[in-house]
Amino acid sequence: MKLPFADETYSPIFGRLSLQSLPLHETIVVVTFIAVAIGGVVVVGAITYFRLWGTLWRDWFTSVDHKKIGIMYFVLAFIMLIRGFSDAIMMRAQQALSVGPGHYGYLPPDHFNQVFSAHGVIMIFFVAMPMVVGLMNVVVPLQIGARDVAFPYLNNASFWLTTAGVVITMLSLFIGNYSRAGWLAMPPLSEFKQSPDVGVDYFIWGLQVAGVGTLLSGINFVVTIIKMRAPGMTMMKMPVFVWTAFCTNILIVAAFPVLTAVLALLALDRVAGMHFFTNDGGGDMMMYVNLIWIWGHPEVYILILPAFGVFSEVVATFSAKRLFGYTSMVYATIVITILAYLVWLHHFFTMGAGADVNSFFAITTMIISIPTGAKIFNWLFTMYRGRIRYELPMMWTLAFMLTFVIGGMTGVMLAVPPADFVLHNSLFLVAHFHNVIIGGVLFGMFAGITYWWPKALGFRLDRKWGVRSFWLWVVGFYIAFMPLYVLGFMGVTRRLQHISNPAARPWFEIAAFGAFLIALGIACMLIQFYVSIRDRERLRDTTGDPWNGRTLEWSTASPAPAYNFAFTPVVHEVDAWHDMKNRGYVRPEAGFNAIHMPKNTATGVVIGALGTVFGFAMVWQIWWLVILSGLALFATVITHSFNYDRSFHIPAEEVTRTEEDRSRLLASAGIPA
Amino acid sequence: MSAVDHAGGGAETFYRAEEHEHPEGSNTMLGFWIYIMSDTLIFAMLFACFAVLGRHYDGGPGPKDVFDITLLALNTTMLLCSSITYGFAMISMQNGRTGGTLGWLLVTALFGMAFVGIELHEFAGMIAEGATPERSAFLSSFFTLVGTHGTHVTIGIIWMFTLMAQVSRKGLNAANRRRLMCLSMFWHFLDVIWIGVFTVVYLLGMIQ
Amino acid sequence: MSHDANPDTHEEFGAHGTVRGYLTGFVLSVILTAIPFWLVVSRATGPLATAVLILAMALIQIGVHMIYFLHLNTRSEGGWNILAAIFTVVLVVIAISGSIWVMYNLDINMMPMSGNQIGAGQ
Repeated sequence: MKLPFADETYSPIFGRLSLQSLPLHETIVVVTFIAVAIGGVVVVGAITYFRLWGTLWRDWFTSVDHKKIGIMYFVLAFIMLIRGFSDAIMMRAQQALSVGPGHYGYLPPDHFNQVFSAHGVIMIFFVAMPMVVGLMNVVVPLQIGARDVAFPYLNNASFWLTTAGVVITMLSLFIGNYSRAGWLAMPPLSEFKQSPDVGVDYFIWGLQVAGVGTLLSGINFVVTIIKMRAPGMTMMKMPVFVWTAFCTNILIVAAFPVLTAVLALLALDRVAGMHFFTNDGGGDMMMYVNLIWIWGHPEVYILILPAFGVFSEVVATFSAKRLFGYTSMVYATIVITILAYLVWLHHFFTMGAGADVNSFFAITTMIISIPTGAKIFNWLFTMYRGRIRYELPMMWTLAFMLTFVIGGMTGVMLAVPPADFVLHNSLFLVAHFHNVIIGGVLFGMFAGITYWWPKALGFRLDRKWGVRSFWLWVVGFYIAFMPLYVLGFMGVTRRLQHISNPAARPWFEIAAFGAFLIALGIACMLIQFYVSIRDRERLRDTTGDPWNGRTLEWSTASPAPAYNFAFTPVVHEVDAWHDMKNRGYVRPEAGFNAIHMPKNTATGVVIGALGTVFGFAMVWQIWWLVILSGLALFATVITHSFNYDRSFHIPAEEVTRTEEDRSRLLASAGIPA
Repeated sequence: MSAVDHAGGGAETFYRAEEHEHPEGSNTMLGFWIYIMSDTLIFAMLFACFAVLGRHYDGGPGPKDVFDITLLALNTTMLLCSSITYGFAMISMQNGRTGGTLGWLLVTALFGMAFVGIELHEFAGMIAEGATPERSAFLSSFFTLVGTHGTHVTIGIIWMFTLMAQVSRKGLNAANRRRLMCLSMFWHFLDVIWIGVFTVVYLLGMIQ
Repeated sequence: MSHDANPDTHEEFGAHGTVRGYLTGFVLSVILTAIPFWLVVSRATGPLATAVLILAMALIQIGVHMIYFLHLNTRSEGGWNILAAIFTVVLVVIAISGSIWVMYNLDINMMPMSGNQIGAGQ
């Protein structure tokens, strides 16, 4: 039995890993490594100097508090946003410098291909997904009046598995190389014969480990929303964000197993010499494309549905009206959830299936735009005759509505198979999906971050820097991506390291300028975070309800205490907090009880660390380490199951103290209790 | 939906004055069920692969050359028997009999091990005849689908022994009962998958 | 859709099986396993009829296992168990039948190696 990896350089101890695996010949990588190393030393040194390790470990890394886990997801997402955006601006620069004869830019094809592959993977899996999961973590339990999620330990482990996936992916920068096969690693290019190095293996194992984390957190939230709602909150009285989170997590539970299975099959092809998607041996590469899009299309809705939820909350709050058409919003979300599984073939109309197949999927694709359109109208009607306040979350929402409509329209254009045969894999497609992902998901997450930041951290975000960031992002987005539509019509395909037609140059230069503006937008956003943290006393939210909100999370303090609610809320209306304010709710100031809460756990960190080692060992085929870390993972889970003592009570006195602090804070703000 | 239903309730209707504790683990059964649903989709993908690639022999052996219906019948019997014995373990648990529970769990685990053993024997025979996973897409998808099921059974057996240790230590407390019920779902779920495997992979292959 | 999320009603987890239930399930599944095996070994029916029959038996047997061993009913967890199962079955059907349809169609259109229909479809 001759296995593909078993050549003469293979070592039983280090697998495929050797000194040659370090990309010392690539100047860009070496410089990056030095920068990262210095940065890392500074961060570690600072943490040690300020004696923060204990706090970090006790209050954050081992915490099972959903709000803290949510914040950690955001930290992860922003770090990876910077990495993913670095890739983006490198690509924009390369393409602007590599148009026409005699201009070949600064990135060789080998490096450029890794850059676009890493950019796609990182932006979807390690920026958008952590933002979405992080937001659901912070908001969902608070909105349903719960103390925590259904499985707090699992929640912590999910976060660390996601982080493990990030670490595995980031390691590829400095040890070995990353995949050159695009963000979905389509065979046969991703097969062993065509990509014998570790790049695709980094892709596979980074996503496998992170995918397990995502799946577990999906299960967690489905159960949380089904079982942990406050008394009185029937399904049709849940806030719309909870509804969208519910449907998103159903999609996660029903789609991520597909990804896991498909990537495992690709790994079997590569490592065990099997023939699922190979050219020879009876394999069928289009089967991979078919299966990965059965995951991939629901993934699109996994990302966008929570953003729709955010917009629904924001529009209602800042128009000071209840959401128009709550019921239709809910049903639109459910319909999207189911239709998401019936459109996958529109990603590969050109593969050569018959007209009947293409027509079926074209029609389902066009149908799915109907509930989405209904949502847009619901938001518009909510704003109609509302008293609109142009706070930052509302500005992001308006930018979304404009941008997403354009992106949606170009999507419907691509849904027409004859048009798709022209536009498939062109920059038109690239422009389309950035149009919906940046204009939809990212703007939605930014709206959500600015909206719920006070609830998570206790102070508002600085408005001045936020407005700057907003305009740079929005204008930068249009300047960066509208030219790509034009280029797509000119016939420029995606992923080109060099473009031979000189006529394309001005458009690429405009796009590069747009990317530069977005870079400034990101910088302004980071400055906004810094300024807001520095001026947190000025921006302090003493009321717990800075926006005159409508849902339960605004009824408790900002930041929400560990137990979320001193007393379990009872819900009568969709806009529960609005209802409470209207009907003269009086905040209780005595009679507090001890509250049952889960204890912190180090198991999640251990699982994440072992997951990283396992993934790394799989990439380099260091089999003894695979077995060892696999067994250690098993042992950790089993040991954890022998621990029957996992919870504690927050004593009533401590609850009383926390609530009295809040009463004083409210009094200082001039608000009667 | 209107406030009228709750009018006149006063302030106390907006919160509960007493603390109602969620009993620990009240979410576990639903959570595990949803996990099983997601695992079903993994198997669905493997079945889809077999359905599409299962006739791609690439000039190599086909189902009639490599499958042995006697072994299959034996194997299916083992798994079916293990189902009913796990059922008896659950009945013992409901009646609070620790010894009975442990005994039936052991019998179930033995049936499970026999199943895995027979499967490994079958695989070894096929590989010795040159019907390896690398030979063709048909064999790749066969070994992956059946092997994934076998791996699940193996994990189930390890879990069973872990639970036997936990039950003999702590008895049939609430946590252990809950875990036994989760494993019950897992074990019977693997039966259901096996019905698909022996029908679609073996029997349909043999009548071609 | 008006599922009441009242945490006060803590039912005992999961549904309980009875000896009779398990034995009924077992006997049914033995019968439903034996018939397909016999059909394949004896070749009592034609290949197509056999295929249809054993697939039907498999579906029935899956139902039997769901009811008698997995205790699936409309009541457990407020109906969420069966809702999740129905949703999963729908997705399994979509994914498997969709894949078969799509890939079969592709084979028909793109691999006309055997015949002379290259270009004939134009």
